[in-house]
Amino acid sequence: MKLLYFAWVRERVGKAEEEIAPPADVATVADLMTWLAGRGEEYAHAFEKRKVIRAAIDRVHVKPDTAISGAREIAFFPPMTGG
Amino acid sequence: MITTIRLQSEDFDAAAEAAKLSHGRTDIGAVVTFTGICRDHEGGHGVSAMTLEHYPGMAEDEIARHVEDAKRRWPLLGATVIHRYGRMQPGDNIVLVVTASAHRQAAFAAADFLMDYLKTRAPFWKLEERPDGTGWVEAKETDDSAAARWQAKPGAAAE
Repeated sequence: MKLLYFAWVRERVGKAEEEIAPPADVATVADLMTWLAGRGEEYAHAFEKRKVIRAAIDRVHVKPDTAISGAREIAFFPPMTGG
Repeated sequence: MITTIRLQSEDFDAAAEAAKLSHGRTDIGAVVTFTGICRDHEGGHGVSAMTLEHYPGMAEDEIARHVEDAKRRWPLLGATVIHRYGRMQPGDNIVLVVTASAHRQAAFAAADFLMDYLKTRAPFWKLEERPDGTGWVEAKETDDSAAARWQAKPGAAAE
């Protein structure tokens, strides 16, 4: 699946997008954040405030307990500040 | 109903967009226009410029979902939402919401509703240029509570 990062999540991870294949036991958005946080220092830094980070699956806002199976595109970003 | 949703880096003409919405129609009795403009200060510090980052695939979809929601809540006859991205300086336009209806209450309420949701649900992020460097704008609780009031009593805010 494709991951996208925006704003300070993108800056901390050091890239805007990447393709990943997480293990089968990574079932939810929250699981995915925990798994990503273990991939290295930059990810640990990006996902240290996990409760603050928002997610979207296939361009729709989702909650942390949402299942990721079948997702093509998952985005992680800080709370939005548009308008 | 005429709906226009645009994401663009270039500026917009608020008066021209408002005129477009009611042009040639006699059923529209109210047009409300809201323009959000880049300020030179925020929370006690100066802002010399800001860059708006957005999620290109999702921002348009998310705005369209909220316009649909507004249509279900109020008898709208037209709606235009234009959100800019890229670098902006104080005085530059950032966002435009225009709503049209037969009566003013629906037009005012729908514009208010759309702005509250743009601020809290549309995937945009502001990076400010401040005297001491750059910094991401933090989401405000006042914006969250402004958006939450539309959930508390669905439709009630229409009156």
